[in-house]
Amino acid sequence: MGNEHYIAITDFCISHNISSKFILELHDYGLIELISMEKTRYIPLQQLPRAEKILRLYSDLEINLEGIAVINHLLDRIEKMQDEIIFLKNKLHLYEE
Amino acid sequence: MEFIDYYKVLDLDKGASQSDIKKAYRKLARKYHPDINPNNKEAEKKFKEINEAHMVLSNPENRKKYDQYGKDWQHAEEFEKAKKSRQYSYGPQSSGSSQGYSGQDFSDFFESMFGGSQNFGGRGRVKFRGQDLNASLQLHIRDVYTSHKRTLTINNKKIRLNIPAGIENGQTIKISGHGGPGQQGGPNGDLYISFTIINDTPFKRDGNNLYTTVNLDLYKAVLGGDITVDSFEGQVKLKVKPETQNGTKVKLKGKGFPVYKKEGQFGDLYITYNIVVPTKLSPKEKELFSELATLKKHA
Repeated sequence: MGNEHYIAITDFCISHNISSKFILELHDYGLIELISMEKTRYIPLQQLPRAEKILRLYSDLEINLEGIAVINHLLDRIEKMQDEIIFLKNKLHLYEE
Repeated sequence: MEFIDYYKVLDLDKGASQSDIKKAYRKLARKYHPDINPNNKEAEKKFKEINEAHMVLSNPENRKKYDQYGKDWQHAEEFEKAKKSRQYSYGPQSSGSSQGYSGQDFSDFFESMFGGSQNFGGRGRVKFRGQDLNASLQLHIRDVYTSHKRTLTINNKKIRLNIPAGIENGQTIKISGHGGPGQQGGPNGDLYISFTIINDTPFKRDGNNLYTTVNLDLYKAVLGGDITVDSFEGQVKLKVKPETQNGTKVKLKGKGFPVYKKEGQFGDLYITYNIVVPTKLSPKEKELFSELATLKKHA
């Protein structure tokens, strides 16, 4: 995978006007994944929406990282349940026909 | 244009302190924030109302104006004129129409009194994420059998979309950053696309598996033999075992629907045999069937 699949922490922090310490803290809390390449730390691109959502929750709602971790966990569960509802609805539809 | 009681929106009394306003805003914003309530239009609407109320009431100068003109909003026009005359000295940044979240999402009442969020300088951090957009796309089941690219026009903007094979009916995918534009440095919203999959094929789909019924003539069911059945990829040759019973299910591994986002992986195709009993028998056929019946009775 080339560098186009990652964004350097420094670039991300500049564009969002935050300190890189905050991103490292998110990583320590297990909220986002980071990877290291040649002494630079990167955020994988697929993690970007998650990282941005965390920033919004942190800055808009002033929720601390523990709270964000709980919210993320519950939102993941809701998403899984919604997928399951769709799956079951489709299954039910199969037997209703 | 209706008067909006911002105090009521935040569930506050007129005499609420700045700390009360902050507390009320935080409480409601946490409840209705779009990130906490994905795909919830009601929550999104409520969040916008709360934001609007907070933008007005948390700024003492604007709160004063609101308290003064709010009830009697017909005077807002005069107020607007006076405000505009002051704006000219602010330079080009404070003029112009508001965009994205503010342009579309503030109430007419708010726009009339305050002219959009750009006239708010009192609050330090007013970054707003753009609005999430929802779109629906109807596809035929054959369209989602293979991954393909499609160009959608959403809000006069063309978006090239890769539609992965195996999308489910009712599934929603999120295209990050393709929603409404962010405001004052805020990120763009996301675009949510819900898929409706039309299936008018003889195949019923359950997740990645496909189900179909194949008619089998009595003779092949009794004696066995080769048949050709339709699958999504074309025709498949199949061996029928002798003495196959009506309703027998056969699994064709890997001949089902593609697994979503797992290239090269497929579900299975289940075939149920429906044995067709011959009709309009000739006298000779009837005679032979009677002979068979007699043989069976004495066996």
